[in-house]
Amino acid sequence: MLWLAIFFLVPMGFLGYQSLQSGLFPHFQFTWAFSNFSSALSGYHTQLIRSFVYAGIATVACLVLAYPLVYWIAFRAGPWRNLFLLIIVAPFFVTYLVRTLAWLNILADEGPVVRILRDIHVLGPDGRLLATTFSVVAGITYNFFPFMALPLYVSLEQIDARLLEAAKDLYSSPTQAFLRVTLPLSAPGIVAGTLLTFIPAAGDFINAALLGTPNQAMIGNVIQAKFLESLDYPTAASLSFILMGTILIALLVYARIVGPEKLTG
Amino acid sequence: MSSRMTREDLLRRGAVGVGALSVPGLLAACGGSSPKSAGSSDKVNKVMNFANWPYYIDTPTTLKAAGIHKPTTLKQFTEKTGIKVNYYEEVNDNPGYFAKVEGRLSKGQGIDRDIIVSTDNDRFLGEYISNKWAQKLDKSMIPNIKNLIPAQQHPPFDPDRDYSLPWASGMDGIGWNDKVTDPVTSVKQLFEDPKLKGRVGVWNSMGDTLGLIMLENGDDPAKVTDASFNRAIARLQKAVNSGQIRKFYGNDYAPVLAKGDLAATMAWSGDIANLADPHVHWLVPTQGGIIWTDNMIIPLGGSVPTASTYMNFMYGPMISAQWALGANYISSVKDVKQAAVKLDPKAASNDLTFPTDKTLSQMHQNDPKMLTNPDYNKKWLAVQGQ
Repeated sequence: MLWLAIFFLVPMGFLGYQSLQSGLFPHFQFTWAFSNFSSALSGYHTQLIRSFVYAGIATVACLVLAYPLVYWIAFRAGPWRNLFLLIIVAPFFVTYLVRTLAWLNILADEGPVVRILRDIHVLGPDGRLLATTFSVVAGITYNFFPFMALPLYVSLEQIDARLLEAAKDLYSSPTQAFLRVTLPLSAPGIVAGTLLTFIPAAGDFINAALLGTPNQAMIGNVIQAKFLESLDYPTAASLSFILMGTILIALLVYARIVGPEKLTG
Repeated sequence: MSSRMTREDLLRRGAVGVGALSVPGLLAACGGSSPKSAGSSDKVNKVMNFANWPYYIDTPTTLKAAGIHKPTTLKQFTEKTGIKVNYYEEVNDNPGYFAKVEGRLSKGQGIDRDIIVSTDNDRFLGEYISNKWAQKLDKSMIPNIKNLIPAQQHPPFDPDRDYSLPWASGMDGIGWNDKVTDPVTSVKQLFEDPKLKGRVGVWNSMGDTLGLIMLENGDDPAKVTDASFNRAIARLQKAVNSGQIRKFYGNDYAPVLAKGDLAATMAWSGDIANLADPHVHWLVPTQGGIIWTDNMIIPLGGSVPTASTYMNFMYGPMISAQWALGANYISSVKDVKQAAVKLDPKAASNDLTFPTDKTLSQMHQNDPKMLTNPDYNKKWLAVQGQ
């Protein structure tokens, strides 16, 4: 409780205090400026909605990519399981920033990937990957992939193979067995994975900052810039609260849909 | 890419820049190691900590490119005075740096730097001085202050030069990469040429970017009105909306331009010269450019005698000339051109570093009132999606 008080409630209190100040840096005054919230919302709802759309697409992409891969590792990889898991996790021994900067070089307009895609006419002669919505969403997907893959693996790995044999014995087709046995049993992993991916992805700013343009700016970029570039602490603090609130609401809706017991595993 | 910058440099710079953003308290935390309290030391230290922008000083590579066979000015300073300089290229933009150091300065604490550099076409230089976060220079230790050119002796933010001395002046213009585009000669072309879509950079500093746009609009950047301000913002907004603008940059556009991800960008004169990339060029836009000056100040906690010793050293004409040729920016020291010709006979025709009156006549200054107007600042941030 003390831990929670010192490292969560006190900072939240400061942030709340700051969100109700007004003035131009560094001369802020506390004025109960609730208008910060409404002006922040009306000024930056585009970026807020964009953040949730990008995070949503990236979460679905992570799920679609991770599920078959992890399924294969859990049921088919046999003794090589740990090696494959290590391969998934290995890039994450390098810091987030450097990984994203690496994509900046890989996807560069004059780099090899873009050149090949232009040669095979997937991209037009002036086409590019960097500084597009695609590169930002792809960056988020890449960077949060293990947060989806690992919880999924844990839940898939725990499934008793005999249950699948039993399903087969009872004349269910492989599709039916998957839909009625495997999928429900892996649901806790899906729920945990989507939450672990979606929540940080919605507040992410590195991918949009490095791989996007102002037209891809997410709410994290706005908050970051408000705090560190434009020095508008009150708006930044109110936006942080709005982001937290929206995520909380999204979480409650999600819990309602999947059933609250799934959230706690 | 030229030999001046390797891929590793690029990653490191990017990492340092963005890393600093993601760790807000980093600098303040580092400052905690400084045992000095504000303004207490009165003797010259053995070490000086200097925070400056990237591409802003002579290095062995740039001196070699300029054909000067001398040690760098930093090295000469250490040889002459025994003071070792820790030179930090940590200022990427004025507001960002101000935000990092403000926390400690506002509490009267030092930031473990003896000199920091801030630009006169942003509101923060004035903030440092008016909040008394900068210490008075010890002019008795800076006899070379007599070499300061008259144009710089009485700036509005520091009328008697009690707190600041110019480090360098530079010009706002357009840089382009001839591997990916034909010459880009105007802001109009920068913003409207469909061939440049998504490959154009502008600055995240209001005075520079809007100044060039105002000139394109035929407005006077030195006398800004609501109407001319709104015209400039609208023009920029249109370019952002159409996807023409790739990003708002601090001092980090140069490697991106050299790589070719940017075809053309608003650029500072010396940066492009410092890149020394034969494919990257710089010019004054057809409608004119903006001139600004970066100023050295001594933040709270910095050693005034040490910093003053260094300032005096840099205001010697020969040293300043070597610096100007190596850094490719404009010195505020009298007779620097004559000194530079002794080092390099070609210097006389180097219009970027020793601009002629004709070039200077194309240059304009920002309206200081625009920079401090809160309403303008809000609009400027909104156009960046902030």
